[in-house]
Amino acid sequence: MATYSQKLREQKRLDTDRLMNLLSRFSIHIVIILLSLGCLFPLLLIVSASFTDEIALTRFGYNLIPTQFSTDAYAAIFRTPGVIIRAYLVTIFTTVVGTILALALMSPLAYALSRPDFILRKPLSLFVFFTMLFSGGIVPYYILMTQYLRVQDTVLALILPYLVVVYYVLILRTYFAALPSELIDAARVDGAGEFRIFLSIALPLAKPALATIALFTALNYWNDWTTALYFVRDPQLYPLQYMLYIIQSNAQAMQLQGSVGNITVGEVPTQTARMAMAVLATGPAALMFLVFQRYLVRGVTLGAFR
Amino acid sequence: MDASFEQPMKTSVVPVAAPRKRFESLRGHKFSRNLVWLLMSLPAILWILVFKYMTLFGVWIAFTDFKVRRGVFGSDFVGLDNFRFLFATDTALRATANTIFLNVLFITGGLVASLLIAWLMYEIYSSKLTRFYQTMLLLPRFISWVVVGYFVYALLATDNGLINNILRNVGLQPISWYATPQAWPGILLLTSLWSGMGIGSLIYLSGMLAIDLQLFEAARIDGANKWQQFSHITLPIILPLVVINLLLSLAFILNADFGLFFQVTRNQPLLYSTTDVLDTYIYRSLIVTQNVSMAAAAQFYQSIVGFVLVLLFNWIVRRIERADEPLALF
Repeated sequence: MATYSQKLREQKRLDTDRLMNLLSRFSIHIVIILLSLGCLFPLLLIVSASFTDEIALTRFGYNLIPTQFSTDAYAAIFRTPGVIIRAYLVTIFTTVVGTILALALMSPLAYALSRPDFILRKPLSLFVFFTMLFSGGIVPYYILMTQYLRVQDTVLALILPYLVVVYYVLILRTYFAALPSELIDAARVDGAGEFRIFLSIALPLAKPALATIALFTALNYWNDWTTALYFVRDPQLYPLQYMLYIIQSNAQAMQLQGSVGNITVGEVPTQTARMAMAVLATGPAALMFLVFQRYLVRGVTLGAFR
Repeated sequence: MDASFEQPMKTSVVPVAAPRKRFESLRGHKFSRNLVWLLMSLPAILWILVFKYMTLFGVWIAFTDFKVRRGVFGSDFVGLDNFRFLFATDTALRATANTIFLNVLFITGGLVASLLIAWLMYEIYSSKLTRFYQTMLLLPRFISWVVVGYFVYALLATDNGLINNILRNVGLQPISWYATPQAWPGILLLTSLWSGMGIGSLIYLSGMLAIDLQLFEAARIDGANKWQQFSHITLPIILPLVVINLLLSLAFILNADFGLFFQVTRNQPLLYSTTDVLDTYIYRSLIVTQNVSMAAAAQFYQSIVGFVLVLLFNWIVRRIERADEPLALF
């Protein structure tokens, strides 16, 4: 009898345990879902604003659901699409060319630094990774770019800055170093040259790491506006994000001088049009992110963030 | 790519003729191998030389009365004058104080939020939804600061921003956020958490996932609750990871994320008293007021403090680390 009641009590304890467990798991899900929505919410706000009627936006303000649905903002942009198409082309060009060049520069270096019998491995590693500790910063860099390389207002200025990210070299090197050396030795015995081995064995094996670095580099280029802020004055060369910034700061300036009233309103896109442009500029990056997000998660675990 | 990848594998199965001779030539190839590796490194090394090392000479600008026409080494040497001017201005001191205060805020807030989220995610990691959550939490990091600036504006705009609308609806006075500096440490903290907590939590989560499950099993049998399990098992085990991250962020305590401070505040001068940091100050000195020497002085001061701190923290970690789990960066 005693054993039965004991069993019953035990069973009851297990049941409450399971219920508590279920409840706590459920509440954790709720918390994380709320956080996820919090991450998404600001983006939805912009999308909603871009589909709101301009007057309604001014009168009723920003809202998660458009107070008065309208596609005028997009229509206005596509009536004179020249500017945004131009900016798109600049951004796409720098992103594609920049990412390819960056991989072409970083992966051979990372591979060489990963070879244990490379005589210069130690000194070159020190040379490369010391730059993570001390950097001259933006001022000498600005002088170098504008006074010595003289690349301001050229597409080179937009591409050069992110070609080598020392941290990415470090990640790639670690990945290359972990590749099975038997494969490389075997190829060597077969008389394959070092560069051949790199191209036809190391690179294909390192695809996951390369994809991660490619994605990070591409997003760096796509989201870049600081380079243009420092080095581009020619509107023909404005990348997307910088164009967004210019539009925003023009609108701000207009607001300030609004009382003076010597600027025609037509020059600056309306609030909804600005939001629509932000949506158009973010769309591809968000898509890139969603399609390749497993590489991003891997990148985080590889330590791709400082 | 794949086809060419298979080729050497296939041929390696075929018996190699005269292996002895091959091996001899392999030794002879040692030099040429090294040459190839050197040539492979060269383009990137050249880039690093130009963009990372030539700019190191540029710190000289901080000690000169820089004139564009006369170049870096043609300008007059003025010793520490630039630094004397720099620290005589309230702006530089204010920027330093703001940078340190806000960074401490971001580091502590980020650490707590990341650890908490990582722990929550760990508890439900078996769920199929985890991947979806990770995606959502990571997404903000890949939105450019310009666009972040746009939606912070949508939230905070004085006339029609969402928050002021809500304030009006509940009968409160709307606040003109872009003229209220004291609100901005909080706003910037939230923005920085929004952007960074996904990555932070993912780093700690991957550390937690490596923990042996038997430890938790044993603790559960001993009657430890979730919190005790977290504080007695999870936290001590991922502590090295936490320490490394903390030290890395502390080493860069004088560096601020330019995008966050420039775009999210819309570079609004009314807010400078709480939001102007060294990076925005340097930008203004360089581009707006075009006082290159002053910008260089601020830049040098930022870089050298960062350098000293990295060395210092690395030394500290080396002193406290145990031989079986090295933590130091180098």
